[in-house]
Amino acid sequence: MTLTAADVAEIMRLVEQSKFDELSLEIDGIKMTLRRGGASGEIIRSVTQSGPAVAPVARAAAPSAAAGLGDANHMDITSPMLGTFYRAPKPGSAPFVDIGSAVDEDSVIAIIEVMKLMNTVRAGARGVITQILPADETLVEFGEVLMRMRKDP
Amino acid sequence: MAIRRILIANRGEIAARIMRSCRALNIEVVLAVSAADREGEPARLADRVVCIGAAKSADSYLNAAAIVHAAVATGADAIHPGYGFLSERPILPQLCARAGIVFIGPTADQIVAIGDKLQARAVAETANVPVVPGGEANSRAEAENLARKISTPLLIKAVAGGGGRGLKLVERLEDLPALLDLAAAEAGAAFGDARLYLEHYIGRGRHVEVQVLGDGEGRVIHLGERDCSVQRRYQKLIEETPAPRLTATLRDSLQQAAVRIAQLIAYRSAGTVEFIVDTRGDAFYFLEMNARIQVEHPVTEAVTGVDLIAEQIAIAGGNGLRLRQSGVRSVGCAIECRVNAEDYRNEFRPSPGRIRDVTWPSGEGIRVDTHVVPGSNIPPFYDSLLAKIIASGPDRTRALARLRAAIAMTRISGVASNLGFHTAVLDDAEFQTGGVDTGYVDRLYARRPDLRGLRAAGVSNG
Repeated sequence: MTLTAADVAEIMRLVEQSKFDELSLEIDGIKMTLRRGGASGEIIRSVTQSGPAVAPVARAAAPSAAAGLGDANHMDITSPMLGTFYRAPKPGSAPFVDIGSAVDEDSVIAIIEVMKLMNTVRAGARGVITQILPADETLVEFGEVLMRMRKDP
Repeated sequence: MAIRRILIANRGEIAARIMRSCRALNIEVVLAVSAADREGEPARLADRVVCIGAAKSADSYLNAAAIVHAAVATGADAIHPGYGFLSERPILPQLCARAGIVFIGPTADQIVAIGDKLQARAVAETANVPVVPGGEANSRAEAENLARKISTPLLIKAVAGGGGRGLKLVERLEDLPALLDLAAAEAGAAFGDARLYLEHYIGRGRHVEVQVLGDGEGRVIHLGERDCSVQRRYQKLIEETPAPRLTATLRDSLQQAAVRIAQLIAYRSAGTVEFIVDTRGDAFYFLEMNARIQVEHPVTEAVTGVDLIAEQIAIAGGNGLRLRQSGVRSVGCAIECRVNAEDYRNEFRPSPGRIRDVTWPSGEGIRVDTHVVPGSNIPPFYDSLLAKIIASGPDRTRALARLRAAIAMTRISGVASNLGFHTAVLDDAEFQTGGVDTGYVDRLYARRPDLRGLRAAGVSNG
């Protein structure tokens, strides 16, 4: 079996909700360590393997509601850090989301890689993705708008 | 390798200063900024700007991974760290090495060796340079034994220290245990390293430092010394070169001592060796070495004509030392004052905000290093340095006169500044005589209570 992005997102959600501080997992040569770090309770992880390395360090920067199209229902999802923007968990696999994808607060929408450390970005709200701005595998800066979405009423 | 594009991992006046050298060398500049500095003047001047993180330094200017990632992604060959922030943290050169980026500065090992004050003391001793009597204080018993030997007054210092944190003055031996605990707690919180050492406190000392350049292969030259004795709470306010009223023998001894220390560790890049000079005699002691370009480097540039940033870049690019000691010639005197956004009449309280209008001085022998233009925002997250005004002249009297005129020409509105304090120093007879020790600012305050926002005293007891 392989680990899909959805699996990883699910595992991380479970760890986040659990009382455990650390989780080590080895599946098909993919070694994943999730560790709760710092006072913020955020999860920091390192993934050592050649395949899909996924690690949510931080949630998307506080989504700036209404920044999008001047409509209270539109929201920008901005990059929580500088790094390389990845739309999919690994080359060739399906992207996390596409235009028209339905997402909820915890849906992973992209990965930002910083010096080989993978950080997931979540939608932060329930709705539908309406626009994806950066090209895949390009540099995004802190605060840059990654996607726009229409929030569910 | 030829360095064609540099990422500057810093902000404020030093970012603008490094950019100026890059321009002269036809090197492109990528500026890494925090979210608070996106609209600043350095960002406007750069070829490319990348936002590396939120305003808080920990999220941006101290985020080594984001900085190195940004350098790789923007095609930069090298990173210049400026001063402060990551400039003396081994993590930046380490990550640079891993990513194939040139770090413009010393090696990670040199940063570690110099950053550990006990190791640095040991290097100085090996180089046959006197250190202030003192040593390690790992336990209370060890500290008490040592304190009796070196006698009070003494200073408790953090092994990983700097910037006055973890620093405690002990005047009576019975205060030692309590102050040790306090210092250890401060050092632990500030540096993640609670180790302490003790040094005898030299009350009437002058802070004199020597600028060095090393090629990393053991060749080292010096570019003279700077006197930085005008300090308030360990923060330098005015710096000048040459140090006034030093005997030629002492000056030469200081310069040679600095060169020996840098040679011993085959220091690479620009560095500064700090000494305390005992004003009661011709004695001097090694204090510490700074593994970075310093705020006050322009006074050295003003008298030598050497662009220290350009030399750093040349050394990092593999061109070695382009100067010989005999080729360094110092002409005249230069003096710098740090213009800070702080209210000197109110305990030097920082005064961030929007600059309404500003006029910087110009004229014969005047240099201004700044990032501040009318409308600039001074964010509250970083230090309050607005500019450095540097005046040079054929002798100290004329350099001082030029600086005084330059300050009078300067107008800053929107934030408070310490310009009035600088004027008071330049008008003060003791400072004009030259060669003051680090207790000078306290004496000035005693003479000029108006500088504290108090009414001038009608009578003085001397």
